Amino acid sequence: MEALLKTETESTETAPEGCTRSLGIVETQYYTFAEPPEALKLESGETLGPVTLAYETYGTLSRERSNAILVLHALSGDAHAAGFHRGEEAPGWWDAMIGPGKPFDTDRYFVICSNVIGGCMGSTGPSSLDPRTGKPYGAEFPFITIADMVHAQRHLIDFLGIERLLCVAGGSMGGMQALQWVASYPERVRSAIPVATALKHSPQQIAFNEVGRQSIMADPAWREGNYYETGQPERGLSVARMIGHITFMSDRSMEAKFSRKLKKGKLNFNFDADFEVEGYLRYRGANFVKRFDANSYLYITKAMDYFDLSGGKLINGRAVDTRFLVISFQSDWLYPAYQSQEIVRQLKLKQVDATYCELKSTYGHDAFLVELEGQTTLIHHFLEKTYLGERNGNGNHR
Amino acid sequence: MEIIDNGIRPDHQVIFDMIEPGARVLDLGCGTGDLLHLLAGAKDARVQGIELDEKAIYECVKKGLSVCQSDIESGLAEYPDGSFDYVVLNQSLQEIKKVSFLLREALRVGEKVIVGFPNFAHIDARFCLFFGGKAPMTPSLPNRWHDTPNVRFLSIADFRSFCAEKGFAVEKACFLNGRKTITFWPNLRALNSIFLLSLTKALS
Repeated sequence: MEALLKTETESTETAPEGCTRSLGIVETQYYTFAEPPEALKLESGETLGPVTLAYETYGTLSRERSNAILVLHALSGDAHAAGFHRGEEAPGWWDAMIGPGKPFDTDRYFVICSNVIGGCMGSTGPSSLDPRTGKPYGAEFPFITIADMVHAQRHLIDFLGIERLLCVAGGSMGGMQALQWVASYPERVRSAIPVATALKHSPQQIAFNEVGRQSIMADPAWREGNYYETGQPERGLSVARMIGHITFMSDRSMEAKFSRKLKKGKLNFNFDADFEVEGYLRYRGANFVKRFDANSYLYITKAMDYFDLSGGKLINGRAVDTRFLVISFQSDWLYPAYQSQEIVRQLKLKQVDATYCELKSTYGHDAFLVELEGQTTLIHHFLEKTYLGERNGNGNHR
Repeated sequence: MEIIDNGIRPDHQVIFDMIEPGARVLDLGCGTGDLLHLLAGAKDARVQGIELDEKAIYECVKKGLSVCQSDIESGLAEYPDGSFDYVVLNQSLQEIKKVSFLLREALRVGEKVIVGFPNFAHIDARFCLFFGGKAPMTPSLPNRWHDTPNVRFLSIADFRSFCAEKGFAVEKACFLNGRKTITFWPNLRALNSIFLLSLTKALS
């Protein structure tokens, strides 16, 4: 167990003020559980098993096991949140926030990033082999919900021997999982940081997801989800991703990034990409199909659309002593600030300790990954207060 | 605002003295959180702030405080009745449009409400207007007519009659001129005033 929890970071020195170091080389790990007949019971009534979750850990779990933070990723993310995989140039998706001296300070905290079931990044999903048939699940994969994803993660947290997480944090769909953790297991979560997220998808958010799904399913290569021998519906999936990227940006960030700049300096008078924005979307779409499974896109977007913790379902029943830091971004029109304010409203109603801030940004929904300054200040100090309060045995919110 | 020897603003000291240890306190327009930080540390109070300014919120979070971003007038709506022992509205009453509504809301959410505001009828302000013929500027009303955030211009006497008319009981009132407490003729001599209000008549 000890060996398993040990990560590649050896250093425990505290970084000097303003100086951050990288985690260096990290590796994804895998935990398999729920072997039939102990299969995972899903919200739909179906079962799934065995289940594998891909995860990474950074930092060292304290003797009291009280410094564990679970970080959760968005729709297309994975367990690789920080540091570098051997031979790769790009770090994990939230490397700016996780590492020695960073807000999720691995000198102090044991940070876990878990992938989700339904995904295609090492965890059990529609592209995994169905043990009953020996072939990929495809469309036979059971429908999963955010609560099912969190249920699976709870098995991982149990396996790691952690009774109570110091914090669950994530943006977008990662924020939904953080909220679901509080709803499902309030006593196991000391604090939560939902960023740029919502208690439920609005019709607009469902609509964008539906267009993405229709785009995949309209591609003849989709073949009702059974494409693993013939190649995945790349056109459909890339269009779905293009739509996604439009919703992640803002009018202003697109103007700043592309304006009406032309790729070749002149109009082509054909259907090639004339404008840089067209080239960008095509590039993003083409890249996405290399790393993401179309069926996973269908299942995960459906899970996001089903998610609904509105109307008092976030904090159900007795008083919860989970502290909250809720963050939204000014130009995020995909997950607008009013949705974060609705989370705060629910917390006020139940008198739950909450901090909320709408950060200035022009980056749209992408802001949670790129707008670092405000997030760094808020998350660093919020976690520190939570951690010191917990260490002093002060469970009361204040 | 003047800082007294122990580093605490005189109005904060007055409010601090009004609040008993362990109380639940909501500060509407808590700024950088100095008052809440003081109450949480020295009075073991359970504190929550409401503040609009992003930079001020950062300062609060650095102090370990919990703050929700909102304007004062819409920040109370979701709190259940009696969520707090004290709701503090210090130095922002004069910036509020719906004064009566807000104070009723504050007295719903809090058992007691502490209100602090600058006195428009201080003798310096009267001199400014009477002899200078100009909109008053005093240490507690430092802005010019065109850049003041204030939309309400009230005196201590105005506030007293307002409370009587609305049925708000004044449990305590304290009047300040810098660090000095004013007892005689406060409406003429005090720059700032702090009222402790409730809906029930104080036993006196």
